[in-house]
Amino acid sequence: MYMDDFEYYRADSVENALELLADHDGAELIAGAHGLLPRMKTGDESPSALVDIGQLSGLDAIEARDGERDGDPGGISIGALATHTEIAESETVREHATALADAAAELGDPQVRNGGTIGGNLAHGDARSDPPAPLLALDGSLEVRSPDGERTIAATDLFEGPFETAVADDEIVTAVRVPTDADAVSGYHKRRDPLSGYAMVGVGVWLRTDGETIEAARVAVTGATTNPARLPAAEDELEGSAVSEETITEASAQAGTTLSDEAFVSDVQASAEYREHLLSIDTERTLYEVLEVDR
Amino acid sequence: MSDADASGDSGDDGSGAFGAAIERGEDVPLLTGSGEYTDDISRRGTTHLAIRRSDHAHARIENVDTGDAEAMDGVLAVYTGEDVVESGVPNTIPTAWDLPGLVQPQYRMLATDKVRHEGTAVAAVVAETPHVAHDALERIDVEYEPLEHVTDPVEAVERDVSPVHDEAEDNVAFDFELGDADATDEAFADADRVASVDLRQPRIIPNAMEPRAALADWDETTEKLRLWMTSQNPHLHRMLLSAGTLGLPENKIQVIAPEVGGGFGSKIYHYPDEAVTAWCSMQLGRPVKWQATRSESYLTDCHGRDHVTTGEIALDEDGTIRGVRVETHAGLGAQLSQFGTATPSYLYATVLSGQYTIPAIHCRVVGAFTNTTPVDAYRGAGRAEGIYVIERLVDVGARELGMDSVELRRHNLVAPDEFPYESAAALVYDSGEYERAMDLALEHVDYDELRERQRELRDEDRYIGIGVGNFIESAGLSPSGLAGDLGAQAGGWESSIVRFDSTGSVTVLAGTADQGQGHRTTYAQIAAEELGLSVDDIDVVEGDTDRIPQGMGTYGSRSASVGGGSIARGAREVREKARRIAAHQLETSVDDIEFEDGEFHVAGAPDRSLHIQAIAHEAYLGHDLPEGMDPGLEETNFYDPENFTYPFGTHVAVVEVDPETGEIEIERYVAVDDCGEIINPMIVEGQVHGGIAQGIGAALYEGAAYDDDGHLQTRRMDEYAVPHATQLPDFETDNTVTPSPHNPIGVKGVGESATIAATPTIVSAVVDALEPFDVDHLDMPITPESVWRAAETGGDR
Amino acid sequence: MWKPPTVIANTTRGRTTEETRRQYMSEHEISVTVNGERHELAVEPRTLLVTALRDELGYTGANVGCETGRCGTCTVAVNGETIKSCTRLAVQTDGAEIETVEGLADDGDLTPLQESFQEHHGLQCGYCTPGMLLSADALLATNDDPTREEIREAIEGNLCRCTGYQNIVDAIEATADRLGERR
Ligand SMILES: Cc1cc2nc3c(=O)[nH]c(=O)nc-3n(C[C@H](O)[C@H](O)[C@H](O)COP(=O)(O)OP(=O)(O)OC[C@H]3O[C@@H](n4cnc5c(N)ncnc54)[C@H](O)[C@@H]3O)c2cc1C
Ligand code: FES
Ligand code: FES
Repeated sequence: MYMDDFEYYRADSVENALELLADHDGAELIAGAHGLLPRMKTGDESPSALVDIGQLSGLDAIEARDGERDGDPGGISIGALATHTEIAESETVREHATALADAAAELGDPQVRNGGTIGGNLAHGDARSDPPAPLLALDGSLEVRSPDGERTIAATDLFEGPFETAVADDEIVTAVRVPTDADAVSGYHKRRDPLSGYAMVGVGVWLRTDGETIEAARVAVTGATTNPARLPAAEDELEGSAVSEETITEASAQAGTTLSDEAFVSDVQASAEYREHLLSIDTERTLYEVLEVDR
Repeated sequence: MSDADASGDSGDDGSGAFGAAIERGEDVPLLTGSGEYTDDISRRGTTHLAIRRSDHAHARIENVDTGDAEAMDGVLAVYTGEDVVESGVPNTIPTAWDLPGLVQPQYRMLATDKVRHEGTAVAAVVAETPHVAHDALERIDVEYEPLEHVTDPVEAVERDVSPVHDEAEDNVAFDFELGDADATDEAFADADRVASVDLRQPRIIPNAMEPRAALADWDETTEKLRLWMTSQNPHLHRMLLSAGTLGLPENKIQVIAPEVGGGFGSKIYHYPDEAVTAWCSMQLGRPVKWQATRSESYLTDCHGRDHVTTGEIALDEDGTIRGVRVETHAGLGAQLSQFGTATPSYLYATVLSGQYTIPAIHCRVVGAFTNTTPVDAYRGAGRAEGIYVIERLVDVGARELGMDSVELRRHNLVAPDEFPYESAAALVYDSGEYERAMDLALEHVDYDELRERQRELRDEDRYIGIGVGNFIESAGLSPSGLAGDLGAQAGGWESSIVRFDSTGSVTVLAGTADQGQGHRTTYAQIAAEELGLSVDDIDVVEGDTDRIPQGMGTYGSRSASVGGGSIARGAREVREKARRIAAHQLETSVDDIEFEDGEFHVAGAPDRSLHIQAIAHEAYLGHDLPEGMDPGLEETNFYDPENFTYPFGTHVAVVEVDPETGEIEIERYVAVDDCGEIINPMIVEGQVHGGIAQGIGAALYEGAAYDDDGHLQTRRMDEYAVPHATQLPDFETDNTVTPSPHNPIGVKGVGESATIAATPTIVSAVVDALEPFDVDHLDMPITPESVWRAAETGGDR
Repeated sequence: MWKPPTVIANTTRGRTTEETRRQYMSEHEISVTVNGERHELAVEPRTLLVTALRDELGYTGANVGCETGRCGTCTVAVNGETIKSCTRLAVQTDGAEIETVEGLADDGDLTPLQESFQEHHGLQCGYCTPGMLLSADALLATNDDPTREEIREAIEGNLCRCTGYQNIVDAIEATADRLGERR
């Protein structure tokens, strides 16, 4: 409840924020404050300074960019400061990146969705978070800026461990990028932890199909594991297989096979073994939902 | 002897206020944000207290260095346990219930020798702002010598561990027995079958939404302490602070409980913190405020339950229960809280007969000290644990006999003509129609059809379960003499004043203290009924020891029956005095005066009348009163009931479980409660809803746990599941009404009933759903994982 | 008989005034508009919005029930959106429009939602109520005919230990119905 003291700076532009970060040792960014403040209040973190980017304008835009142009990869771009509510309500995201919209809609509660941002969520690296699984399944990436310039971090390179991400201390995430594909469908299924409301098991799925065969597949998990991860065994099983109950069953059975036992989280509410068991079931549920196959 | 005169059918005609679903008078300030809770109140120059707590479960305090903290800007003082000792105050947090052979170790405001549980108060900082006070906490350097700890009540007494208190080497605080051991052994020897269950009732953290808080203001000139605090019983707190910790005379302490944001037991007790707040104000001569953070609440608010039990039930083939034998290890935590001893003994063992005629009962309870947060009464206290045991036993007994559990229940119910019923567990039940309530509940769900549906669904690999929970509650612990015989160090009465103001309005001062129960409304209804007035004429005042002369407070479902009973009796005395004045002024005999709608009139001459409010005016004028009558129109009443009251009822839950994932869905929840006469059905229903929510919480979600280091594992609100709106279903409620024959208004109380009922009902339902998997019991909280495991392994984990 | 306890002489550390209080805090001047009224105040960076509202500005309707953003008793609306005011720094809201429970009733006239809470006994101890009202208002602003399930989801971030939620859901549902009739 009572935090250690810190200095506070409000940035008026991304450049200004980068400068403030550079000028103050141990400074951290703050956007929606919903990741950092709870941890500061419990003493898990105590940065000496905060650089507030929450009020920067223009960083919350959600737009579909058609085609690759001027080095822009196309697809959709979600400003780092877009709140979970904005993402859940965005037609663009729902249409082109359904899994992310699902995750945003299922995240926390209404107040948390109003307060937290997608950039903060992904930069924070809380392994119980929802958006990581869809981001991995959609093969998205983060656009980040630092004093050295801009770079792109692929989702697969982002999550490095509990509260550790590839976003460096002097970098700012400006946008989340997701490629679009008219022939693809995606979805996210969340099993809530009854205590925290975060994901006990969250499964994101992206599939490209012609209606009969699955041409490409990406499956990812969050919450169940200490680090959000892709599930290649399930993906292999899906790719090239017919859209059928059988395919779903087999792919789901494969879901956790590439993960070691230690990869699964164990806590008062659910053991690693149980989470591993649920991962298959929830992969199956997500696949049924996304493929709209009747059981 | 009984002065039963339930208002509904009292000879004199009331106003119709009693029994009406009247909207609550207390709501408007709470809806607009103007209601004042303790932390909303501030005094000029208020300082802020923060308490340094141990992060060890068990350790010797080697040294406390407060120098760095004291040197901080804004810090006014830092105190240690030694400072409190030196100040010469009595510094003893007392127990309020003695038991034979009870070991009562020293319990101080701030620890001096050892810390005995994580969260033990070790030092106190007073500073100009809460932030500075908390900053300073980190600068206090406490050196500890860690000691071996124990958090499990069975381990505490059975394993050779370093004792929590030197006075109790084996960690046994008491070894309690109730019932006839020989008769019970005999019953078991003679019975056709025996079934048993080993079960745990985990620790519950009460989680009143408002954390505990206190604001103390010591006036040096008058040497009087004003203490605003989150209290369920301000007078009890005043008494304990006076006699136990601070040593001030009671008349120099004013305890005020403003709006209190829920209690559920947790705000009954005298904790170190509020006393430290007061003591600091006395040291500094400035107002001092303390507000617990939620984590502090989790570490210090008394937890509930913590039982490890083996229960056995002896049955004949035809379903007759012959006997029940129970052995329980009850965790008391590191210190004896006021009712920590009563809760697992007399409040627990005495209800083991439940709604059933059981000829022989024996119960042994070993109360164990552990290196954990003290355990005391939480909504349902003792009765909840006891009813859980008997209901689980009835279920496993039915399974053993291959009998429908409802049939087994029905076969053994105490029949209406057996009341007053003296159970083998030492209680005398006042009244009940158990079968009527049970049948009503079963009718709501169409029990027989439901069983049919259950069979059909099982063929489709779908598993629904039907849980039935029959309960009784012993409410309103009394009379005082009996409580005293059992060890209580306080009375079981309640007190109130019913006062006509000179212009005809009425003020009721009640010794109970509301934390959301709606006393201001229900008490007004009681008084309005007795005095023939409208509730708008009545103002109810609670929660201030300077305004209300005496009281015992609100806990144990006692307010409506004991507090309300006192108000009804006081109001009747007021009415009778008014009647005498009326007779005098109408120049007739008292026997000729009739009372209707607030009007006294001469029998047979309705136009010769005087309104009770006009008489109030006369009473204060004092110009024309009957010979020898004192002026004024108010009565102080002390009501010491002749017995407990016994609310009862049946709850039924229908759940569906998915054995593959362990998911549990509550399809329906039906509650039939009989709390005697109903003063305000809307409020009664609200109590039932909230009670069910807490009972379901315990069954499915809640449960505090300690890790191997003796640290509370469920230490924050995102690690302990207070159920939220999507985790609970809509409830269907209904009532039967069986008045208590000895209560002045026929009420029995309803505060705890539903919590007591809901827990066994839900467990029963989930276990019933898992019958095809050979599961006959699951411990709480029943998580999806435990269901999944049970379905995989048939309950043998 | 009774003798007053010895008082440890410790009052010598003096009584710090408001000015000295300012000295040991690096404070930020901010301005916020609460229920239409503009306030200028100085806050430490670590002052939470809820603390500023309660302790500095006297809007004690919003409560504090946890430190993990879970209980929702601190819910207020900032620039039209409900958030948990314990999970936001006061400095972050510089320039914001804030609505608290105190701003709902108009001159003592309860809003239909508040009336409905009273009618349906949607509160007991009242500690969760200010937050509940704001969450419910936010729902009704965007959904004039919510299902019970939607209502439960809308108040998922507001814990109530007293009511079991059912009467709260009833109160919100009835308000939606009543507002629907008026349209
Ligand atoms: C009660 C509660 C429940 C929640 N439930 C869920 C849930 O169910 N699922 C879920 O996924 N999440 C949940 N969250 C977390 C929520 O999603 C947060 O929005 C998210 O974790 C952090 O976003 P933020 O904008 O608030 O980040 P902040 O707290 O402002 O920042 C978090 C971290 O990210 C860094 N950061 C922020 N923005 C940027 C940026 N643009 N570039 C680089 N670094 C940045 C910060 O320095 C900080 O280290 C919950 C939070 C709360 C309080
Ligand atoms: S105080 Fe609990 S969520 Fe804000
Ligand atoms: S009314 Fe008490 S917490 Fe909701």
